[in-house]
Amino acid sequence: MNERIKEKLEILSDAAKYDVSCASSGSKRKNTKDGMGNSTGMGICHTYTQDGRCVSLLKILLTNYCIFDCAYCVSRKSNDVKRAAFTVKEVVDLTMNFYQRNYIEGLFLSSGIFKNPDYTMERLVRIAKELRTVHKFNGYIHLKTIPGASEELMQEAGLYADRLSVNIEMPSELSLKKVAPEKDFKSVLEPMGYLKEKIAENKEERKKSRKAPMFSPGGQSTQLVIGASPEKDLEILTLADDLYQQKSLKRVYYSGYIPISDDNRLPVIHQPPLIRENRLYQADWLMRFYGFKLGDIVDETHPDLDLTLDPKAAFALRNPAIFPIDINKADYEMILKVPGIGVKSAKKIVSARKFGVLREAHLRKMGLVWKRAKYFITCADHDFKFVGWKPELIREQISSKVLTKVANSNQLSLFD
Amino acid sequence: MQEITLTYDASYEGLLSAIFESYRLGIKVAKIVPIANYLDSLFEEPIHVETNLEWADRVKKGIGEKGGRAANQLLYRCFLSEQIDIELLILHFVQTAMKSHQDVTKNYRDEKILELHKIDKKIGREVHRMHAFVRFQKTKDNIFTSIVEPDFNVLPLIGDHFEKRYPAMQWLIYDITRHYGIFYNQEKIDFITFEEEDHQQLKQLSKEILTADEPDYQILWKSYFDSVNIPERNNRKLHLQHVPKRYWKYLTEK
Repeated sequence: MNERIKEKLEILSDAAKYDVSCASSGSKRKNTKDGMGNSTGMGICHTYTQDGRCVSLLKILLTNYCIFDCAYCVSRKSNDVKRAAFTVKEVVDLTMNFYQRNYIEGLFLSSGIFKNPDYTMERLVRIAKELRTVHKFNGYIHLKTIPGASEELMQEAGLYADRLSVNIEMPSELSLKKVAPEKDFKSVLEPMGYLKEKIAENKEERKKSRKAPMFSPGGQSTQLVIGASPEKDLEILTLADDLYQQKSLKRVYYSGYIPISDDNRLPVIHQPPLIRENRLYQADWLMRFYGFKLGDIVDETHPDLDLTLDPKAAFALRNPAIFPIDINKADYEMILKVPGIGVKSAKKIVSARKFGVLREAHLRKMGLVWKRAKYFITCADHDFKFVGWKPELIREQISSKVLTKVANSNQLSLFD
Repeated sequence: MQEITLTYDASYEGLLSAIFESYRLGIKVAKIVPIANYLDSLFEEPIHVETNLEWADRVKKGIGEKGGRAANQLLYRCFLSEQIDIELLILHFVQTAMKSHQDVTKNYRDEKILELHKIDKKIGREVHRMHAFVRFQKTKDNIFTSIVEPDFNVLPLIGDHFEKRYPAMQWLIYDITRHYGIFYNQEKIDFITFEEEDHQQLKQLSKEILTADEPDYQILWKSYFDSVNIPERNNRKLHLQHVPKRYWKYLTEK
């Protein structure tokens, strides 16, 4: 075997792994009879790393040579690491062979910036083009849009990719400028705005004619690094909410800062803020799938998410007037607001109650988390008189014992 | 009325035939069991029901009229769980559906119907795991071969996915515990079973039958898998939850 390929793969996948985006979903691409691969809209995680993260795509950099010096990035110019670069053919060969063996859903290709943005972007596009046209590859392709690349190249990228992404990384312009001297919000938000328009236009065209070529059918995503800068969750979630509303993003990823760098532009931390990262994802889900508004989750008086309690429960305890919710009468939307009830169990409840009133015994079997939900609901034979509506008592019952203990002993900064 | 045990040939159509027979004879059913699993008893005289495709179709049609495709799918998928007494849950569903004026498929208040949905969820999870965990190895005769040991008998449910994905390849997915596989020859899927001898060979595909570059791609995949790990985030519990140990045997990267 070519040892050099193996070494390149190790260097360039190691350098790409801090981009947490893993999705292979959101795009439907049919295969052809002589083609290879498809996307059904639902992603598949083919394996999981030791840290429990999904491995769905071959996620690599084309090269980790970079002319930029962003403090948060392992590939920054001033960092002393081994450098490597793949050829177009090597990336194509790895993708096709991994895909054939059912290791992956497709390719996630990013790159350090060498020479200039256009030169780099042009090569990323060339790989995607070769996969699609020469090798009839219809699996998933996620391409990074290099900030500063020309509109023509972004346009071409969209024709071959299922999803495009530009990472904002730092949740505020001030922080971004501090750690990434070559970048500003404009250089990231402008391509996003351009792609948003193109994706929307393409959707209209595809409505008129199914034969119109697809343009980034899986939309675009971005990533925010958490815990490397002083922003509160309020600022982070406000930015995320804006990106969903204004730029129609499909996903915002939150990446707990991992101390990969001794660069003095970044704070010294001992452990990545994994719990905070998890709470941000929970909040993000509430905004996208549970009908919660930003203001329901964080506001000026509660600018940070509670680490000891999930944001849905925290909302419930701050809003006692809404509860209890009558499982036999309440709208689906209200049932979704109950801690311990997810989308699936809410749907089950709404279907099942058509056949007769629901009792505690029914609910306990339906897959909701009874020990949480019971404080917030009534049903035919269950009311909550046994604790009454004392938020503090309920909080004690449902918050994480371990995390609360840590918080009380003032060691929460360990996780922060 | 005395309750009677019915036996059948372990096929789905056989089970539906037995259900049809229970209606035709107007009997109360004690159990429905595959004939091979039936243990003789002094106290009862079982009735064996031969598979009758016409009867099976009539039961499917009856179910379809009450609950549509979703109901038929639910029952077939649950049947593939091979769970003990799954037959009685399916019989319960048919009886409940026939009596009711409503579509009972989503009656989660009914404990046994809820149980069927729980089994269906497990089947769905296993199907998804097969979509994810099948690992093909390329043999010299150009067949991409994978060995699996799924928890349930899900091969009949996964062929479609792989056919859409790999229409221009020849591939074989072989369930080594149930001694059969699905083979796709670039046109259609066939169910096949190997002779014992081949069977042994299949368990561990030897280097001799693989293409020369196959081991290289396995090494590359493994080194990719190792280098995308982030040690600072280690979470073994989560890892095992997603990739239970019983699947490791056939995962190239493990």
